[in-house]
Amino acid sequence: MKGMTIIVKTISSWVKVLIFLFGIYIILFGHLTPGGGFAGGVILASSYVLVMLAFGKEFVEENLPSSIASKLDCAGAFLFAMIAILGLVFGGTFFVNFIYQKYLPGEALNLISAGTIPLSNIAIGLKVGASLFLVIFTLSTFRPKEKE
Amino acid sequence: MAMFYGLMIFMLIAAIIAVETKNLLSSVICIGAIGFGASLMFLFLRAPDIAITQIVVEVLGLIILIRATIARDLTFISGDREFFNTVVSVVIVLVILITGMHIFEQLPAFGSPVFAETAGAASQTYISQGLKQTGAANIVASVILDYRAYDTLGEATVLFTSIIGATVILRDKSKKLLEVEN
Repeated sequence: MKGMTIIVKTISSWVKVLIFLFGIYIILFGHLTPGGGFAGGVILASSYVLVMLAFGKEFVEENLPSSIASKLDCAGAFLFAMIAILGLVFGGTFFVNFIYQKYLPGEALNLISAGTIPLSNIAIGLKVGASLFLVIFTLSTFRPKEKE
Repeated sequence: MAMFYGLMIFMLIAAIIAVETKNLLSSVICIGAIGFGASLMFLFLRAPDIAITQIVVEVLGLIILIRATIARDLTFISGDREFFNTVVSVVIVLVILITGMHIFEQLPAFGSPVFAETAGAASQTYISQGLKQTGAANIVASVILDYRAYDTLGEATVLFTSIIGATVILRDKSKKLLEVEN
């Protein structure tokens, strides 16, 4: 896949930034407005998939190699499990919201509030975005060999 | 209410076209139309979280996935259906329809959830105490990441396992090594 015409390339090079920013917004404000880690992560992955469709696989392979994507995926899963285990260490229960209950209550409806919920959103967004990108990248590079 | 019936008829028409058309790409687009109809329904039922997730997953997981993975744009499906398969599918659809009608008669009326009337239901606690106990303004986030975080952990595990499976089955390196050895 060598990519599409110059019209598609120009438009997608402008639009990809907006899509990426929207994904980050959906993740960061997941505890205040509709959205959250999963939806935001899918939007992040879709911005990379847009670039992949417009410019071709090789362009994306240079920018975000699949080894780095898999490392991001593992980092997201590790962060989410770490938040749960830190709840066990500091709060006494697995997955307890220890930051909100003990250290930083914050004020409702502010960006910094709700303790571990925004952190979990960030971890899940990282994980879902990287893993969905990886799925589509792997599926699109895979071509079954024709039998002769 | 009429809006929901209109959306439902739109989704039904799109589903029939998706089954009956010969072109793979137009079939995929019709399934995308069903997803957009479902997303609009969630939006009008005041569930914006689900609407956002539905629309995003529908676009990325279905349309772009098919578009990025099929080698050619034009994939036509040819061949007649067999008689036996058609009969079996029609019988199964009829059975599901009759069972569903009996079940829907037992359900409470549209827009009046059972848990709202039960005393001491968990959902009432979430709605009344959610902001105070978790500090999150979005009650959906407070449920999936605080009250029911085990669920999210399981979902993340499922996704992680599926990625491992996809990358292991579809990898290229081992095949090349096998070719060299042979």
